[in-house]
Amino acid sequence: MPDLGKYADTVLSSYIVSIILLVLLVLVSLLAARKARAELEQVEERRRG
Amino acid sequence: MGSIWEYANPVKFIRTSEIVLPWVSILATVTLIAGLVWGFFFTPDDYRQGSTVKIIYLHVPSALMAINVWFMMLVTSLIWLIRRHHVSALAAKAAAPVGIIMTVIALVTGAIWGQPMWGTWWAWDPRLTSFLILFLFYLGYIALWEAIDNPDTAADLTSVLCIVGSVFAMLSRYAVNFWNQGLHQGASLSLDKEENVADVFSTPLYVCIAGFVLLFIALVFLRTRTEIHRRRTKALLARERLG
Repeated sequence: MPDLGKYADTVLSSYIVSIILLVLLVLVSLLAARKARAELEQVEERRRG
Repeated sequence: MGSIWEYANPVKFIRTSEIVLPWVSILATVTLIAGLVWGFFFTPDDYRQGSTVKIIYLHVPSALMAINVWFMMLVTSLIWLIRRHHVSALAAKAAAPVGIIMTVIALVTGAIWGQPMWGTWWAWDPRLTSFLILFLFYLGYIALWEAIDNPDTAADLTSVLCIVGSVFAMLSRYAVNFWNQGLHQGASLSLDKEENVADVFSTPLYVCIAGFVLLFIALVFLRTRTEIHRRRTKALLARERLG
């Protein structure tokens, strides 16, 4: 861990907030993609069967 | 060589993105982690700003993306309005949530950075204000898509909103040059060596920018695929209801 001196809170809070937002964006996108694909497969399956 | 318009075909887009998406995702993850680790752990403090200079590796790439995502949306919206390719309208819709998150990161990291450097979290400075307006345009754009049931009407109206919002995206980029006042400094990266930040900071910054761009490409591929799947499901369900 680098020595961030008196600005440690400032720097760390920037990184924590940004990383949380980026991870949430990726997770929400992945979950939505999985859900949309599963719904489409379900409807296509029903039409075939 | 095939035409770029082939990718306006949803089936072709899905097939191509299936091949491209895993590679872009891996590249985005590696580049972003490498850039942030390099910037956070292996760069020195600035002689004036101390360790807060490390915020540059998040603030500058996210601000750059916030503006350029809107321009990508402008291009795809214009393609929709002129050529009526559904994939382009869906790509614009898919990009907006990525753009708004980039804008929020730029605003939040800017406020956190501004507090110790300027003595305030916020100032009605031209660049900060135009960025806040850009955030509101993103919000309005996403809300408009959700508010209209007919997808073609939604695509038409959001495209018009996107064209209007481009003025503010442009202002966010050049506000510092238009009004030579306010707290925000000029561009951190410039072809003019004297204006540019030192190489020790700029090299990891370029890596972070590449990481953010790759992450955006991966997310837009993924989210556009999701929109295509949703549209297809809706169409099949409508066909079922008709008998």
